[in-house]
Amino acid sequence: MADDNDGTTRRDFIHVASVTAGALGAACVAWPFIDQMNPAADTLALSSTEFDVSGVEEGMAVSIVWRGKPVFIRHRTKKEIQEASEVQLDDLPDPQADSDRTSRPEMLVLLGVCTHLGCVPLGQSATDPKGEWGGWFCPCHGSHYDTSGRIRKGPAPTNLAVPPYKYISDSVIKIG
Amino acid sequence: MSEPKFNNSLVRWIDHRLPIFTFMHHEMHEYPTPKNLNYWWNFGSLAGIVLVIMIMSGIVLAMHYTAHVDHAFQSVERIMRDVNYGWLVRYIHANGASFFFIVVYIHIFRGLYYGSYKAPRELLWMLGVVILILMMATAFMGYVLPWGQMSFWGATVITNLFSAIPLVGESIVTLLWGGFSVDNPTLNRFYALHYLLPFVIVGVVVLHIVALHRFGSNNPLGIDVRGNQDTISFHPYYTVKDAFGLGVFLILLSAVVFFLPNSMGHPDNYIPANPMVTPAHIVPEWYFLPFYAILRAVPDKLFGVLAMFAAIGVLFILPWLDRSPVRSATFRPIYKIMFWVFLVDCVALTWLGAKPAEGIYVVLSRLCTAYYFFHFIILLPALSIFETPKSLPKSISKPVLDPDGGGGGMIAVPAAPREKA
Ligand code: HEM
Ligand code: FES
Repeated sequence: MADDNDGTTRRDFIHVASVTAGALGAACVAWPFIDQMNPAADTLALSSTEFDVSGVEEGMAVSIVWRGKPVFIRHRTKKEIQEASEVQLDDLPDPQADSDRTSRPEMLVLLGVCTHLGCVPLGQSATDPKGEWGGWFCPCHGSHYDTSGRIRKGPAPTNLAVPPYKYISDSVIKIG
Repeated sequence: MSEPKFNNSLVRWIDHRLPIFTFMHHEMHEYPTPKNLNYWWNFGSLAGIVLVIMIMSGIVLAMHYTAHVDHAFQSVERIMRDVNYGWLVRYIHANGASFFFIVVYIHIFRGLYYGSYKAPRELLWMLGVVILILMMATAFMGYVLPWGQMSFWGATVITNLFSAIPLVGESIVTLLWGGFSVDNPTLNRFYALHYLLPFVIVGVVVLHIVALHRFGSNNPLGIDVRGNQDTISFHPYYTVKDAFGLGVFLILLSAVVFFLPNSMGHPDNYIPANPMVTPAHIVPEWYFLPFYAILRAVPDKLFGVLAMFAAIGVLFILPWLDRSPVRSATFRPIYKIMFWVFLVDCVALTWLGAKPAEGIYVVLSRLCTAYYFFHFIILLPALSIFETPKSLPKSISKPVLDPDGGGGGMIAVPAAPREKA
């Protein structure tokens, strides 16, 4: 057996090389078995929704479905917009200006999914509790959101997300 | 020990080729069991029997259940109304899950009281914790299957726990869901795993028993078996005792299955899942409540999730936190009190987990959570240093055979344990 000075043999090299090749092969096969769990092509295809916001009167809110999740559309009152824009950003756990969260200040569009653990916050209908800041209140573990959907108190780490959307006509938005 | 003699020639023929009868004889007749085990030692074999009940009733349910978001709820209602005795099988399965946790929690607290997690049973204990975690995963995924409101929102909240992981959290949650929310792909995979995991549990239970039979059962005195005078054979003595306990258990299970079948469930789960509306009070099944209370006690998302997992994880290192050489709480005057305080703390957490997360409940949850970790991380290591244990009896049979000398002797540090013959 060929033996170089440090005592390793060709056979050692072959052992290491074959185990490495085997491990790489196993890793390559593992990937399809993991990735099959990710959203399938048809699931990904269902990813946009259109909605006519002209029917949403001032002070009113509606929930629509996008990708199996609720989207909140709230036609805010003057007072609500004012409250949302007057807040000191330093007072916010996840600072973001109200103007960065809407393309038209009166029409707030938010993903209706609490950023804590995914419940749907209350506050869409007139009789719902809206939390201490008049926006939404998540009953699951007590997160309070303000009239811009920003987290103010409770375990949720971030503001209610703004889904990607744009106005495709004067009154119709396309989400996704 | 002597080779068993079998009278039946067929048994002999088989045993010569496949020694299962020798194996059973060895485990049942020759297996020396401490003679002083009390009724708290019934819960291990009881847990094994409940696992069998769950698998049997589960396979029957699987024959009638449809894992699709449009049909799951109806198929369970059909099991309840139309399938012959379907109501019985489903109530056995649903309540059986609750009883499984009652039995296993008692089994665990038995171990805590009598120090069964200490050397040489650390791996036995850790395998038990693995079983507990697998049971939790199985029960969680089973509860999703009927696709009611609690199924859906329980699944949403629990899978979202993983979103707390920095950087990759959201991708992991999408991977778990197979979509953008809990939906049909989620239901399908949960069903596949709910079918699989109980059999994985069976595998770990076998390892648990192999580890148990290495050194045999601990006992209420927590001292090692010193010889044959301290033991009796498992069969018939403990088979009979276990059978009696099983009878009592089945009476209780039947009482609930027949007279209070929905007492441990949540009425909202009889409302079909609605992804647009979260029920006003979502609560997990009662057996998750202590951990849920810990999750909610911490005001930060990531740390809340970590605390919840740590509450289970700390059990893994328990054998190295409690370094007192004395096993049984009977001989540990301070630990004996602290055990009960800890039990009350766990019951309080269970109660708090069901309360809304506001006002005084939040304060109490935080106190109880802090105490939970204090018990393991500070109290137990400190007690191992500062507590003076009472003197141990010289052997299990000593107090009986020789009442005068029974309690005497020095504080014996357990000698090297006797291996199973
Ligand atoms: C460790 C053992 C098991 C536990 C703890 C467990 C737990 C549960 C729970 C909590 C439910 C929800 C009950 C309800 O509220 O309706 C459930 C449902 C179900 N389980 Fe299991 N299960 C176990 C084993 C199995 C096995 C082995 C199977 C199949 C082979 C199975 C099949 C089913 C089916 C089809 C359902 C849906 C029907 C229903 O909800 O009643 N389970 N399980
Ligand atoms: S999911 Fe909203 S507060 Fe927890």
